[in-house]
Amino acid sequence: MAKYVLEVEHLKTYYYTYKGIVRGVDDVSFKLEEGESLGIAGESGCGKSTLAFSLLKLVPPPGRIVGGKIVIDGQDIVKMSESEVRSKIRWKKISMVFQGAMNALNPVYTVGYQLAEPLIYHKGYSKKEAIEEAKKYLEMVGLAPEIVNRYPHELSGGMKQRVVIAMALILRPKIVIADEPTTALDVVVQAQILNLLKKLQRELKISIILITHDLSIIAELADKVAVMYAGKIVEFGPLDKIFLEPKHPYTQALLKSIPRLRGSKEKLEWIPGTPPDLRNPPPGCRFHPRCKFAMDICRKEPPPEVYLEPDHRVLCWLYGKEKRNSQG
Amino acid sequence: MSKQQLKLPPRDEVLKAIEKKVGEKLLLYAYKLRKWFPIRRGIKEVLTRQPPRFVRAVDTITFYIKEGETFCLVGESGCGKTTTGRTLIRLLEPTGGYIFYKARPETIKEIKELQKNVYVKDGFIDLTSVNAKKFKPLRKELQIIFQDPYGSLNPRFKIKDILEEPLLVHGIGETLEEREKIVLKALEDVKLTPPEEFAYRYPHMLSGGQRQRVGIARAVILNPRFIVADEPVSMLDVSIRAEILELMNELKRKYGLTYLFITHDLAVARYICDRIAVMYLGKIVEVASADELIDNPLHPYTKALIAAVPEPDPELRYKFKEVPIKGEVPSAAAIPPGCRFHPRCVALDQHPELREQCTTVEPDLIEYENEHYVACWLYRRGQS
Repeated sequence: MAKYVLEVEHLKTYYYTYKGIVRGVDDVSFKLEEGESLGIAGESGCGKSTLAFSLLKLVPPPGRIVGGKIVIDGQDIVKMSESEVRSKIRWKKISMVFQGAMNALNPVYTVGYQLAEPLIYHKGYSKKEAIEEAKKYLEMVGLAPEIVNRYPHELSGGMKQRVVIAMALILRPKIVIADEPTTALDVVVQAQILNLLKKLQRELKISIILITHDLSIIAELADKVAVMYAGKIVEFGPLDKIFLEPKHPYTQALLKSIPRLRGSKEKLEWIPGTPPDLRNPPPGCRFHPRCKFAMDICRKEPPPEVYLEPDHRVLCWLYGKEKRNSQG
Repeated sequence: MSKQQLKLPPRDEVLKAIEKKVGEKLLLYAYKLRKWFPIRRGIKEVLTRQPPRFVRAVDTITFYIKEGETFCLVGESGCGKTTTGRTLIRLLEPTGGYIFYKARPETIKEIKELQKNVYVKDGFIDLTSVNAKKFKPLRKELQIIFQDPYGSLNPRFKIKDILEEPLLVHGIGETLEEREKIVLKALEDVKLTPPEEFAYRYPHMLSGGQRQRVGIARAVILNPRFIVADEPVSMLDVSIRAEILELMNELKRKYGLTYLFITHDLAVARYICDRIAVMYLGKIVEVASADELIDNPLHPYTKALIAAVPEPDPELRYKFKEVPIKGEVPSAAAIPPGCRFHPRCVALDQHPELREQCTTVEPDLIEYENEHYVACWLYRRGQS
């Protein structure tokens, strides 16, 4: 049996705002095997960043994890206290490359010190040792070790992104979450960063959880894909299945909306309407107001989770039919 | 004065040559357009009388745009594509060069009444010869859609007020009712229906895609001919990009618009544009029709850009992407001598015989094949 590095079960993260409860992540489950990479795709506001923050137990208030389990390496972190998460889990087992990494660095400290900081606090290294170690990681991400003495403003966008990646790796976590790691970068630099992530994934055997709205980036890196819509995972499966035989109407529409550089220049499709307000999502299937195939039942009852294959599941009434008929 | 000023041939000659080449369809021609931003000098530099330094954001570029086409400027951030777009419609003052634009006869008449010494010939007006304070009649024809739909709409204005403002400025629509009618029609044009409902909302009540539609409505409400679209979809989700692009195409057909479309995404450019110009560090390095440029790129930089675009193909994750380019973009304040791409060029390593030429002389943009222009020494052997 394969060993799971990450198991998420029925995770719910809600934001308690004055205007009502925003269900950012609503009943999300998935498992990740060791060394496997996951891509999470979805439009802005679908809850993908909230999911990422939940995995680190870093949900900003008024958000809170209200239910479910996050099991990392056999330990459920939802039940742990903050100090325990900080000393045992965060950055050691799971770390993160934040969105807009250019602004994630502190402008008044040298790159080297910022990189070395986790080593000093978590592993008790002296400052000198820690900086030596930091140099190794800078080399690993393709930067010159001399950069330790530089300040962030002296580096280009691509270099800063590399530094932030090195920072996420420095305590050797098994899981690295990358939240839109390339959105602010130019295509050439983006390709270089993706190559770097691919290389690290192979050499260090880490699991990367890649969060992006751009499906073409996921195709470059992930083994499995989770497509999120309005706080729920609507389709989950291996990369090839999702890209070649997408089942959920939302996934299909997303794939058709990407302008492609090569191949035929067919007319692009798009998804009409806007994502729902997560304070009070539409009844039944949350996607039904924008769905081409919406049926009566979609408007009334939430769709079932249908396993088309052991590793490919979809949340949609289109595929629920057979199952329902056989039951009744 | 210094190198900043260019010696330009007389306007008549330039205009005649391009009219002969492009013919009837010519709408806009930028000739040796230049926008340099001065860098503030330190006290030491002033005292030692160092020459002033400049960021050469747009460095002597020449291109034409035909009526009814979508012309794309593609390049990495900082290559000067936005500056080019803004300089073209005089939101920034050009440092040098000519911009010939075929304006409507009534606009030319209006301008001539305001200012005597404008250059007008064959229906073309040189935008650089118009005094900035007398530019207003032309603003109706030259519009812009901004990149950021969140920052470009005044949060204290209702959508109706945002769209009404240009009408008031230009004195269109005498009564409130008349103006309201125009505003509602513009909202309908960009498919914000029902328009009555959207007109009284504030920008924060709209999604990103809807805001960008307001941005588009604001650009088309004065019935322009030429619109600079500055990365109109880069801040939007992939799922609604296609919708906005399709809307822009539809408006183009309906109102006979011409776009200068600025983007960093070649896939988007291929989808919406007729011709693409690739910019690198303030210079156009290649121009061709969209399909020709992507299927048959000539310049090493274009090749690298195309190789770098991610594709939604699951096979790719087993491979490393090879992007034939070295290093990083140099600063626009310290542009390398010769071909400005040479420090990053991979082709240069394969052709050592060109090294001297590439590192000392800047290549011009030449027509390599029919309407496929390239600025690279590789394609000029025996010609220089």
